[in-house]
Amino acid sequence: MQTFIDFISFKDPNVLYVVLGMFFINGSSAMIGTFAFLRKRALIGDAIAHALLPGICLGFMFSGDKNILYLFLGAFATGWISTYLVDYIVNQSKIKQDAAIGIVLSVFFALGIVLLTYIQNAGYSNHGGLNLFLFGQAAAIGKSELWIFAVIFITILLLIILFYKGFTTVAFNADFAKAIGLPVKTIEFLLTSLTVLSIASGIQALGVVLMSALIVTPAAAARFWTNKLPKMLGIAVLFSVFSGFIGAFVSYSESGTPTGPWVVMILSLITLLSFIFSTKRGILARYLQARNNKLKIRHENILKAIYQYHERIGRQVRLDQKLSATDILGIRIFDTSELQKGLRRLIRNDYIRKTEDRYQLTEIGAKESKRIVRLHRLWEQYLLKRTTIDTYHVHSGAEAIEHILSPEIEAELKRELGIEGIPEEDF
Amino acid sequence: MNNCAIEVHNLTTTYGGAPVLWDIDFELPAGQIIGIIGPNGSGKTTLLKTIMGLLEPSSGYVKIFDQDLEKMRERIAYVPQRESVDWDFPATVEDVVMMGRYRKANLFRRSNRTDLAVVAESIEKVGLTPFKKRQIAQLSGGQQQRVFIARALAQKADVYLMDEPFVGVDAATENAILSLLEEMKAQGKTVLIIHHDLQTVSDYFDYLVLLNTRLIAKGTPQEVLTKENLSNAYGGQLTLLAKVANLIKENEFPIREKDMDL
Ligand SMILES: Nc1ncnc2c1ncn2[C@@H]1O[C@H](COP(=O)(O)OP(=O)(O)OP(=O)(O)O)[C@@H](O)[C@H]1O
Ligand SMILES: [Mg+2]
Repeated sequence: MQTFIDFISFKDPNVLYVVLGMFFINGSSAMIGTFAFLRKRALIGDAIAHALLPGICLGFMFSGDKNILYLFLGAFATGWISTYLVDYIVNQSKIKQDAAIGIVLSVFFALGIVLLTYIQNAGYSNHGGLNLFLFGQAAAIGKSELWIFAVIFITILLLIILFYKGFTTVAFNADFAKAIGLPVKTIEFLLTSLTVLSIASGIQALGVVLMSALIVTPAAAARFWTNKLPKMLGIAVLFSVFSGFIGAFVSYSESGTPTGPWVVMILSLITLLSFIFSTKRGILARYLQARNNKLKIRHENILKAIYQYHERIGRQVRLDQKLSATDILGIRIFDTSELQKGLRRLIRNDYIRKTEDRYQLTEIGAKESKRIVRLHRLWEQYLLKRTTIDTYHVHSGAEAIEHILSPEIEAELKRELGIEGIPEEDF
Repeated sequence: MNNCAIEVHNLTTTYGGAPVLWDIDFELPAGQIIGIIGPNGSGKTTLLKTIMGLLEPSSGYVKIFDQDLEKMRERIAYVPQRESVDWDFPATVEDVVMMGRYRKANLFRRSNRTDLAVVAESIEKVGLTPFKKRQIAQLSGGQQQRVFIARALAQKADVYLMDEPFVGVDAATENAILSLLEEMKAQGKTVLIIHHDLQTVSDYFDYLVLLNTRLIAKGTPQEVLTKENLSNAYGGQLTLLAKVANLIKENEFPIREKDMDL
C-alpha cells in the first residue's frame, strides 16, 4: 500500500514522467489504432514498428548524437516508407497483405540490426542506449520526450475530431468515399502518418517488438463492448491508458522489471476478459443467453402442461385446480428433477402457489399459461393454413416456436388468421 | 443522342495488363432505367467503377451530361456491391445513410437539420425506419442492401449507378425497390443497374447494355435480347476473345497507346 501511495504521489519526478508518457503514448496509439483496426490494417503496425529501427540508426548517424528530433525524423521516414512498400507490393503483385507485411518487416528489421551493429563498432561515442529501442525502456522517458509525446497526442486527438467524417467513411467504404469526391488520398495519407507518429512516439518506451500490440489490442478489446464508434474510441483509450498506468506501477514496485511487457500483459488480460465477459459479444453473455432460453422454455412448458390438464377436465376457463407433480407428468414427460427445479422457480416468480404438495396457478400464472398455449396454437393454425405440412408434423413443427414469438408477431398472426381467444387443437 | 446522361467513349480498362473492358462505346439516355447485363466476369462491375472514376481507364473517357466526371461527382450516386464492405463496422443504419450527405465541402461541418431530415426520409423510403438505430451487422442481407440504396437516395443525385441491388433480396423487397426506381424515373432521374436475372430484364428496364468484355449490344430490350446477341454474350464464341486477351497479358502488349484515341 505504501508503495502505491509513493507511486501516485509522484515523489520521484521520474515516476511522473513515466506515467504521463505512458498516458500520451497509449492514448495516441489506441485512438489511431482503432482506425487501423477498422480498416483491416491491424498488422501494418507491426511492419511500421520494426521499420523504425533503421530510421533511428540513420538519424543517429546523421546527427552523431542521440538528438531526439533526428532520431524521430529518421524513424518517421523509414516507418512511412515501410507502409508505402507494403501497399505497393500488394497492388503490383499477387502477394497478399500479410505476406507483404512479413517481407517488409523482416527486411527493415534486418537493416536496422546491421546499422545498429555498425554504429556499435564504428566508434561513435555516446551510442549507448540505442539498443534500448529493441525492447524499450519506459524509465528512459524524460522531460524533452514528454513534450513531443504530448504534442503528438493532441495532434492525433484534434485531427480525429476534425476529420471524423472523412476517417469513418474511408474506413467503412473507401470506394464510396472516393465516389462522393472526398479527398481519399489525403485522408489515407493522414491516417498512415498519424499511425507512424504514434508508433514512433512509443518505440523508446516499449520497443519495436511490443509497440504494435498498442495499436491493435485496445481496439480489439473495445469492440467487444460497444457498437458505436465514438464509444469504441473512448473505451480503447481507457483500456490502454489504464494498462499503461498499472504497468508503470508494477514496474515501479517490482523495481527492475521493465514497464513495456507489463503494459502489454495487462492489455492482453483486458482483451481476454472482454472476450469472456462483454455484455454483447462475449462468450459469457452468450452462455447466459443460452441458459436463459433453456429456463424460459422449461417454465413455459410447465405452464402449458398445467393448462392442458385443466382443458382435459374442462376447466380451462378458470384454471383453478390444485395439481400434484404426478398430474403434470401425466400430461407431459419432464425429467423429474428438472420439473422440481422449474416449479420452484415458478413459485419464486409468483406464477404458482404451493399448498401441501399441490400446485395451483396464481392470477399472473394463469394469464401466462393462456398466452403460451394461444401462441402455440396460433402458430399451428398458421402452419396448417399457409404451408404444406402433414397434420402429423404440425405439432412438432409448432413446438418450441411459441417461446420466441414476439407480441408484434402475435398480433399479426391473430389478424391474419382472424382468431380471437385460444383455438382448439382440432387435428 | 440529345439528352444523353452518360457517354462512354472508346473505353478500355485493364487489370495488370489484361483488358477487362475493351473499346466500350455507348451513350445512355437520361431519365430512364437502364440495365447492364452480361455473364460473370464480363466486366460489369469494372464498367461501373470506371464510370465512377474509381478505376483509371487505360484509354477512352467518360462524360456525364457532357461534363467531366470530377465536376459532376455530386450529381452521381453509387451503390456498391453489398459484399464490398465489412458489415461488422460499428455504425448504425442512420450513420451509414448519413454518409450519403457527406461532401468535400462539408467535411468539417456537423450535419445540419436538412441532412437529418433527408436521412430520415431516405430511410423511410426503403422501409427501414423501425431499424434506423440498429447496428448494421444485425440486419439481414436484403436490409443491408436497402441501407446502401437509402444512402444513395440521401445523396439527392441525378444519376444513380447500382451494382446488383437485387441480389439476395426477397420478392417483396425487390418489388419495393422497383417501385422506388419508377418513382425516381418519374422525377427525371437516370438509373443504371447491373442485373443478373435475364428472366426479368425486359420487365425492369427501358434500355439495355449487353456486355462481355466488349460491347455486344445496346438499345431497347427488344433490340438487345435477340438469340444471336445472347449467344454472342453467353455462348462459347467469345472464348477466342478471352484467349487474345490472355495473349496480350502474357506479352505485356499495349492494347492501345494511352490518350491516342481522344
Ligand atoms: N482487382 C482485380 N484484379 C485483377 N482482376 C480483376 C480484379 N477485379 C476483377 N478482375 C477480373 O476482371 C474481370 C471482370 O470483373 P468484374 O468484377 O467487372 O465482372 P462482373 O461482370 O461484375 O462479374 P460478376 O457478375 O461476377 O459480378 C474478371 O475476369 C475478374 O476476374
Ligand atoms: Mg460484379
